[in-house]
Amino acid sequence: MSKITLKNVTKEFVTRGGHRVTAVDNFNLEIREGECFSFLGPSGCGKTTTLRMIAGFEDLTEGEIWLGDKPVSVKSKNLYVPPEERGLGMVFQAFAVWPHLNVFENVAFPLRVKKTPRDELRERVMTALGHTDLQGAEKAYPSDLSGGQQQRIALARSIVTNPRVMLLDEPLSNLDPKLRESMRFEIKALQKKFNFTIIFVTHDQSEAMALSDRMLVMDLGRIIQVGTPREMYQNPSNKFVYGFLGLSNFLKVRVREGRVFPAEGTVQPIPFELPEGVSDGEGLLASRPNEIGLSRTEGTGYPGRIEKRLYMTFCIEYHVNIAGQVIRVHTPHGNVLPEGCGCFVQFRNPRWYAGESEQVELERIERQVI
Amino acid sequence: MKFFLTSMFGRETSRGDRRFGLDRIVFLLSLFILIVTVLMPMLMIVVRTFFKGTQPDWALFTRVVMAPENLSAIYNTVKIGFFVTLFGTVLGLFYAWLIGRSDIPMKGLMKALFTIPYMFPPFFGAMAWSLLLAPRSGYMNKWFMQLTGSTSPLLDINSIGGIVFVETCYYFPFVFLQVVSALERMDPTLEESARIAGAGQWYVIRKITLPLVLPAIAAGAMLILISSLSHFGVPAILGFSNNIFTLPTKIYQLINRSAGSFDGIREGAALSILLVAVVVIALYIQRIVLKTGHYDIIKGKSMRPMLIKLRGAKIPLLGISLLSLFVIVVVPLFMIFIVGFLKAYGLPLTLQNLTLRNYEYILGQSKMVRDSIMNSLFLSVSSGVITMFLGVMIAYVVIKVKPRGKGFLEMLSLLPYSIPGLVLAIGVILVWSGAFGINLYNTIWIILIAYIARYVSFAMKSASASLEQVHYSLEEAARSCGATHLESLRDITIPLIRPGMIAGFFLIFLPAMRELTTSVLLYGPFTRTLGVAIYAINSEGNTVQASALATVAIGIIIAGHFALRYVTRDRKGL
Repeated sequence: MSKITLKNVTKEFVTRGGHRVTAVDNFNLEIREGECFSFLGPSGCGKTTTLRMIAGFEDLTEGEIWLGDKPVSVKSKNLYVPPEERGLGMVFQAFAVWPHLNVFENVAFPLRVKKTPRDELRERVMTALGHTDLQGAEKAYPSDLSGGQQQRIALARSIVTNPRVMLLDEPLSNLDPKLRESMRFEIKALQKKFNFTIIFVTHDQSEAMALSDRMLVMDLGRIIQVGTPREMYQNPSNKFVYGFLGLSNFLKVRVREGRVFPAEGTVQPIPFELPEGVSDGEGLLASRPNEIGLSRTEGTGYPGRIEKRLYMTFCIEYHVNIAGQVIRVHTPHGNVLPEGCGCFVQFRNPRWYAGESEQVELERIERQVI
Repeated sequence: MKFFLTSMFGRETSRGDRRFGLDRIVFLLSLFILIVTVLMPMLMIVVRTFFKGTQPDWALFTRVVMAPENLSAIYNTVKIGFFVTLFGTVLGLFYAWLIGRSDIPMKGLMKALFTIPYMFPPFFGAMAWSLLLAPRSGYMNKWFMQLTGSTSPLLDINSIGGIVFVETCYYFPFVFLQVVSALERMDPTLEESARIAGAGQWYVIRKITLPLVLPAIAAGAMLILISSLSHFGVPAILGFSNNIFTLPTKIYQLINRSAGSFDGIREGAALSILLVAVVVIALYIQRIVLKTGHYDIIKGKSMRPMLIKLRGAKIPLLGISLLSLFVIVVVPLFMIFIVGFLKAYGLPLTLQNLTLRNYEYILGQSKMVRDSIMNSLFLSVSSGVITMFLGVMIAYVVIKVKPRGKGFLEMLSLLPYSIPGLVLAIGVILVWSGAFGINLYNTIWIILIAYIARYVSFAMKSASASLEQVHYSLEEAARSCGATHLESLRDITIPLIRPGMIAGFFLIFLPAMRELTTSVLLYGPFTRTLGVAIYAINSEGNTVQASALATVAIGIIIAGHFALRYVTRDRKGL
């Protein structure tokens, strides 16, 4: 029984200046048993606060949280189960391994708290160390070990009690990129083996997409979209999600009589089928750099001019000027277009979004300052 | 030593010959000053103790060490040191936890109050508490005896217990500040991960928090121990009347009684060696304790630690804290302040018994007091300026130039940190009263030399702290723009550490202004310092005038602290 239910969860903070900030706003979610679920969002969006409320480090302002069929935080009944009684595993961004205990004692700590008999304790610690590739290091102190190894200690420590739910608070962001990738697989493999439910908090979209069965994107304390990585990538519900889940171009456009123009006064429309019910006015045409075709053949797309060309490891990046706006285009290495030449741009899978108001942008800046 | 010096002269610096001139001069100059002011006094104490003329003489040392009155002084010193450290650590730890990890209100106010004992010399506290709790004349004892009709006083401050109490009041902030800062810098997830692992609040405190702040506790406790072992003022004011002696007060008594005779000073020197030995043993214990670990507990994103809810205990604990702070901080200051306005000591504290006569006397009529204020101002400003520059020079050599022998220089500059002020004073007397053809005894210069030696450690530490923040590249950038070494120092390094230098000056000026321990052995008929004047007036029994003068000193110290605040208010980040 390890599904996790959040009902109307709200968290308000009062800042030093006396302002009330809603860090998490009416959050409703059910995470299924055995699922790997990611919370994705920019810093200050409330994802860590939500995780800390599930862990029991923060009280709720409103709402309730259930682990399985057991309530752990119910504000209306003033019920609050402290973190040590929730039976969770957790891994922190800064590892949080104890420098005064050696590897064995770090991993043994949760068992010692539970007064586990000596032989059983030893066996379970050694098993956990085995699963995390730490055999032979049990006498070492954390300061002797690398960042990756320290994070393995934290991982071993969190699985040693065989918890049903594992909370991961940006566990990979203090590691270098290569290590990060291999740790991703290890976490996934551990989950397969022990079949626990994972909540994974991150601001790295590729990490979230690679790891999760389902995920959500948060912004300003609110859930913007929930779904599988595939659904989210292919069908982002708004500009923010689109921008957050990959590289993106947002072309400012004007709609006149059902046709899309990149600027006032241009006569040639961009070939694009507007969704139902879009009336004349301004909007954004979103496209991914690798979903844009580029050629010199007349009539294959919208005319533009190549301003800059950059060689990258996996593609060539062009900065293409379209009626005064610059977009990025990624093409495979191969035939190369020179800088300064005219070209034709073909949007393969563009999406239409109404422009996000400036008010939201302002609010985001304010929250980051606080 | 000779080999050491030639090896230093003979070596080229690794950073190129261009730097040779200036850096080498700075190095040798600071080394010379430290040898003269710090090393020679220490050596002279050893030489004078174990040699009579040029003949080895162990008899004096054995006789001094074995004398029963000295043995009892050792016993008292260690006993007081032990209990002050114990109580001070417990008290400091309790408040540190309350402010660092509980949800007690009014943390800002309490933190501000806790730093006040730092500002004032403990012997002011001894004076204040003997105003209240001297067995027969203390106000509190008198009220108690009037109220209950008892013939015995409530408490006797002139006792070992009284000395322990007053010293504890002034020294517990050492542990408090160390531990509070460790708790504040500590990564909260270290504690949170233990909670997630199933440990309750108290288990986490015991198994995670306490072990992690242990180095901070040990460092603070050791500061208390060393300060208490070498402390003079409190046992001098509270202990003399009951014949309670500690090593520092015994040394003072020996030198004072001998009236400057050579044998008396030799005996004092022998006792000093004993005192230094006690301190060295304490330092050695500290190293063993600290060896157990110096952890890197500062990591991760800064998040507020989970505060422990005191619930029902909140109000009582707040009451206890505020009350004890009131007793430790406010009561003594108030007593000194009010008694300074009293017509005579012992009169009831009513309005018609108040007068300004004491201030008229000390600030107007008494030349001795006026001289002492001028002397202290002169000494504090001059030793502040000189020592601050000396500290910058040493820190510059140690951090930037790094010649061979930098370890020796650093060691010399930090040595006075652990040498009791009284011992330093004896060493300075031995060096500067004609032994090398220069006799400065009874002049203000001998006090200045002692102050420089005493405060060079402070200056060096504060200068290192600011110099370490000036990255090499800043100076190198200046050099690459065509500045000479001297110009890059003058235009880049010095301006960047200037706020640190000014703060360093005040860190010397303030304690020098109230200094007692060193100057009490060095003053002559016309070179009393403010501390000495207050101490002397008080021990002559002119309590009201001593209190008035102490109030003046408190005023100067507070003004100095505001100046320090003002100077350090917006340090430019590097």
